[in-house]
Amino acid sequence: MTEKISWTTFLPTIGLAAAMLTVWQLLIWFGNLPPILLPSPWAVVVAGWDNRVVLGRGAWVTGAAAVAGFCASLVIGTLTAALMSQSRMLRLAMYPYVILLQTVPIVAIAPLLVIWSGYEFRTVVLVTLIISLFPIINNVTEGLIAISSDRLDLFRLYGATRMQTLWRLRVPAAISHLMLGAKTSSGLAVIGAIVAEFFVGNGGANYSGLGTLMTGWQSLGRTAPLMAALCVSTFLGVIMFASVQLVSRTILQRWMGND
Amino acid sequence: MTANPAAIRCRDLAVRFGDVQVLRGIDCEFPAGEIVSLVGPSGCGKTTLLRVIAGLIPAAEGRIEIAPPAKANRGEMAFVFQQPTLLPWRTAVENVALAIQLTDPAASKSVTLGRAAEELVAMELPLDAFKRYPRELSGGMKMRVSLARALVTRPMVLLLDEPFAALDDMSRGALGDLLLRRWDERPFSAVLVTHNISEAVLLSHRMFVMGRGTIGAGIVDDLPRPRDESVRVSAAFGQAYARVSAELRRMAEASAETLWPLPPDLAEAKLPRGNVDD
Repeated sequence: MTEKISWTTFLPTIGLAAAMLTVWQLLIWFGNLPPILLPSPWAVVVAGWDNRVVLGRGAWVTGAAAVAGFCASLVIGTLTAALMSQSRMLRLAMYPYVILLQTVPIVAIAPLLVIWSGYEFRTVVLVTLIISLFPIINNVTEGLIAISSDRLDLFRLYGATRMQTLWRLRVPAAISHLMLGAKTSSGLAVIGAIVAEFFVGNGGANYSGLGTLMTGWQSLGRTAPLMAALCVSTFLGVIMFASVQLVSRTILQRWMGND
Repeated sequence: MTANPAAIRCRDLAVRFGDVQVLRGIDCEFPAGEIVSLVGPSGCGKTTLLRVIAGLIPAAEGRIEIAPPAKANRGEMAFVFQQPTLLPWRTAVENVALAIQLTDPAASKSVTLGRAAEELVAMELPLDAFKRYPRELSGGMKMRVSLARALVTRPMVLLLDEPFAALDDMSRGALGDLLLRRWDERPFSAVLVTHNISEAVLLSHRMFVMGRGTIGAGIVDDLPRPRDESVRVSAAFGQAYARVSAELRRMAEASAETLWPLPPDLAEAKLPRGNVDD
């Protein structure tokens, strides 16, 4: 986790991307595929450049929804986990519903949320929140509960109150678990935002997120800009994940290692 | 040697984990201002007895009397675990400060850290290690921090659960000497659990040998103090060691007879003699 990053770290990734682009271009040259089915990499680049303003605005809107939903999931997920960590009865009562967050397909909930909340930015944030919540609750609850018995005995011995034990022992011990959950959630947040935008954009609202752009271009058969939007959304997910990873590394420097 | 009044009295104490009788008929007194060792083989109930005294495990029968009443939540009783049990997100000095923060929440941060630093100086931790995290400390340093955390609240009763078991001989010896020096500066009542007879003989005023769930009569350890290297190689040390060894054997035989009597059919059967390793 603390291994140093240099430019050589990224060589395998860059090499794999170059290989995939080469295969893609070879398919275009020798596969005789129509551009509506698979445009060339260069056509995608050109489409991305031509639509840079729209794509930039789309990335901004989708990114804002993803970040808002992700941050909300951090707060709500951590508070829920803190509550669940306080008693086994609460965990037994709440955990099945927490699992529902993970098991109910988000594409099935999204239309319902659109009906309830409207073709609005807040609906996208809501869907993003729901999809990002489970990893946070699950990991943080695990971190808050999985404390070594000696450490708990130490706090018991000194007569620590429930709040002292929570703030001075359980919460710091759960930070590494929170970071683990946040990494998973950060990727899911972008997916949630784009899926929600598929539905929000369908309502004819003046919404310009990447998901909305994708559905629009798909209905027009414009595969090249659609793929450019896909690349931008992937890049957005990578930025989200890398940011969380950076924060995680910085914080965990302190938390790593046993006694 | 005249015993001080008892700091801890165990009266007919019994502990059960489910159907398993872990301790029974424990009757003993730990004199105030003495270091008393509980010696015995693994699984004989030493740690359980220590945890019952600390209030971490309830007794099924009997009672514990601590005089004057030492409250752990006021820092008057402290416990040192076999592992240092430090919090990895706190520096050495912050780990020591934790005991003050929990027992005296009104103490200011500067006072708390100041007292913690003084305690670490007394525990002879190098100054440059004060702000290091536990992962950056050696095993011996971690145990010094753990001892400092226990002693920083000036406890009347210190309970030590094999604190040096995981250390090498050099660190073990150094920390034992340090514990004795700290006791010389400010005598406190201590109960030390160990399965190391030499350690018990060297550090204690008195030793209780435990068999399986039972406790023997106390053995007074009247080696001269201060106990330096010369004591370790003296004839008196060897004699004390031999007395504890003999008591351990006697307790092992007695507890084998009293706790696990063989069913008559097995007891009468002719079992092969000799060592299983033969």
